[in-house]
Amino acid sequence: MKRSTLSMLAAAVLLVALPATSIAATEIQFWHAMTAVLGERVNEIAAKFNASQSDYVVKAVHKGSYAETLTAAVAAYRAKQPPHIVQVYEVGTQTMLSSGAVYPVYQLMKDNGVSIDWNDLIGPVKSYYSTGGNLYSMAFNSSTPILFYNKDLFKKAGLADKAPTTWDEVEGMAKKLHAAGVKCAYGSAWPSWVLVENMHGYHDQPFADHANGFDGLATTLKINGPFGVKMMELLARGAKEGWFTYGGRANKAEALMTAGECGIFTTSSAYIGNLTRAAEGKFAWGTGSLPRLSGFAQGNSIIGGATLWVMKGAKPEEYKGVAQFFKFVASTENQAWWAGVTGYLPLTNAATKALEASGHYTKNPNQKTAVNQMNAGKTTPNSQGIRLGNFTSVRDAIEEQMEYIFSGNKTAKQGLDDAVAKSNEILKEFAALYK
Amino acid sequence: MKRTVFPNRWLPYALVAPQLAVTIAFFFWPAFDSLRLSLYRASPFGDRLIFIGLGNFERLLADPAYFRSVATSFVFSALVTVLGLAVALLLAALANAKIRGLAIYRTLLLWPYGIAPAIAGVIWLFVFHPSFGVLPYVLSFVTAYQFNWFLKGWVALTLIVVAAIWKQFGYNLAFYLAGLQAIPGSVLEAASVDGAGPIRRFFAITFPLLSPVTFFLFTLNMTFSFFETFGLVHAVTQGGPGDATSILVFRAWKDGFEGLQLGYSAAQSVLLMLLVVALTAAQFRFAEKKVTY
Repeated sequence: MKRSTLSMLAAAVLLVALPATSIAATEIQFWHAMTAVLGERVNEIAAKFNASQSDYVVKAVHKGSYAETLTAAVAAYRAKQPPHIVQVYEVGTQTMLSSGAVYPVYQLMKDNGVSIDWNDLIGPVKSYYSTGGNLYSMAFNSSTPILFYNKDLFKKAGLADKAPTTWDEVEGMAKKLHAAGVKCAYGSAWPSWVLVENMHGYHDQPFADHANGFDGLATTLKINGPFGVKMMELLARGAKEGWFTYGGRANKAEALMTAGECGIFTTSSAYIGNLTRAAEGKFAWGTGSLPRLSGFAQGNSIIGGATLWVMKGAKPEEYKGVAQFFKFVASTENQAWWAGVTGYLPLTNAATKALEASGHYTKNPNQKTAVNQMNAGKTTPNSQGIRLGNFTSVRDAIEEQMEYIFSGNKTAKQGLDDAVAKSNEILKEFAALYK
Repeated sequence: MKRTVFPNRWLPYALVAPQLAVTIAFFFWPAFDSLRLSLYRASPFGDRLIFIGLGNFERLLADPAYFRSVATSFVFSALVTVLGLAVALLLAALANAKIRGLAIYRTLLLWPYGIAPAIAGVIWLFVFHPSFGVLPYVLSFVTAYQFNWFLKGWVALTLIVVAAIWKQFGYNLAFYLAGLQAIPGSVLEAASVDGAGPIRRFFAITFPLLSPVTFFLFTLNMTFSFFETFGLVHAVTQGGPGDATSILVFRAWKDGFEGLQLGYSAAQSVLLMLLVVALTAAQFRFAEKKVTY
């Protein structure tokens, strides 16, 4: 706590000191979607960069949610006033790749003579954001879902201080928690991302055709197979029996975990930063890998989060500044700092080693959970990522049906069939646009 | 009525010009633009624009979810308008009585109108919230039923109806109060002398004399519930659970500004505009006949 207060102070001082040193500097617009603790960290890294040199000033501007930030960038691009850098969530990857509006990052770096060792990027990140072996956007904040548990509530329910590792264990423990009067025995944020997209990759099941959209534009979802149905049936049973509490879309359900009401919870590893602050002095918590469903193969969890895209339409000297900023962000020192203070994955192998060497993971074992989980998994065509056009609408169609399933209005099979039918229609629209 | 004659030929045009400019820039231009866009399949960044004729409309009209959204909008709009006006009229009649501290009551009752729909939504969200709301907590003593609007569609719809009524309440009340005060006391006194009780007086005299106000508020509330409640739905339910609160304006926004399917969204806004224009025209055509000015 003390350290973060200090670094916040430092950032504030740097921000105040900025105008004096930057009169003739080239301004670089950086639009992002980070809030709360994460938003402070983004401002901090921009301030650090600005203090490190005097030619460029990166202006970090918060533009709302991920979807709102992307929409703002679209509007600005159409009005010929695009930001230089825009943070786009993984869901928007295919939209950006197809758009013709971006300056690929590998090209930007080459044109500006800045070399970054792309091979040092961790595998899942490189494969998700590369096309033809070239990185199109700058890896920035990548996370993967993990499991959190409230140790105080576990004690109250007479459970051992150990995270569940399978869905059978989740069910067993959640039932005990529910019986002990815990309001939200098991809950999850990001319903589609965690419980559908990641669960498919994690069990080596296909999510969409064309290798989840990596071999060509996907046109068909595959989530209504035996695995998907079994997963949804489990959750629907939980909702009916009261040991699974549905808390809304996006990260809305995190409010329940933050308030100390959930026994077991699944969400992004980047939630560690917020939970650390919120739970301090209130309750003890721990983490574990995502639970596995027995009888299905081992795959890997999928990364989420966002990358930084460079928009076309700016001046060469401004792009030079963008390249310098990316070089700064990619440095081992900054990568290790960023991962250390946020809970996002360290994006380079060197940064992981640096965190290891500094004893950071020994002091903060929860931050190692996501890294361990990714290392233990097997990256297959089903778990390298998901690239869909109109993915925002597809995710929405899935979550709409999940709500029907959890409320008992539809069976798991019926809901998933409907989600697939609706999604296929949305995917077809995108494919027709870029055929 | 006295007719004003401007001596200068150009002055009247100059006087209406600013208003016309605003209407053209912020209404006609965007409206025609969406009309045009509704005939295309458009990519988010504008690199692809494929003319597909009425393809977007066909896609919409083939989708049962769209008709569910139309139905939800009508139910929502009817509840907000009818219940909203009934409550406002009742309280206006009470606030029109001669009681102590009347000015304070009136001011307090007008208050909610000063609040943005999104904020009104958030206030009611806290009241209804399944885990820290007051209402579910109180109800939990009465029944074991879970009022979780994350999963129960009717609870979510009730929540936004209540929030929308509350938000619009002050506005309706102000007009009804003014309307009540414009009714001559002598008419009511004459009715009393003839032996009409308060309820009879209300339905035989007050209500018909208020009909212009009611008609005006009816049209206005309907438009409000079709369009301006967007902020409310966006802040509270996001159209869910399932698509239980996905009213037309929210749906058009979501497909366009979140889903970035711009042509498809434009087609929805065109249909929505036609629908509301038709409804308003129908009201003027049929309902206005029952209005006594």
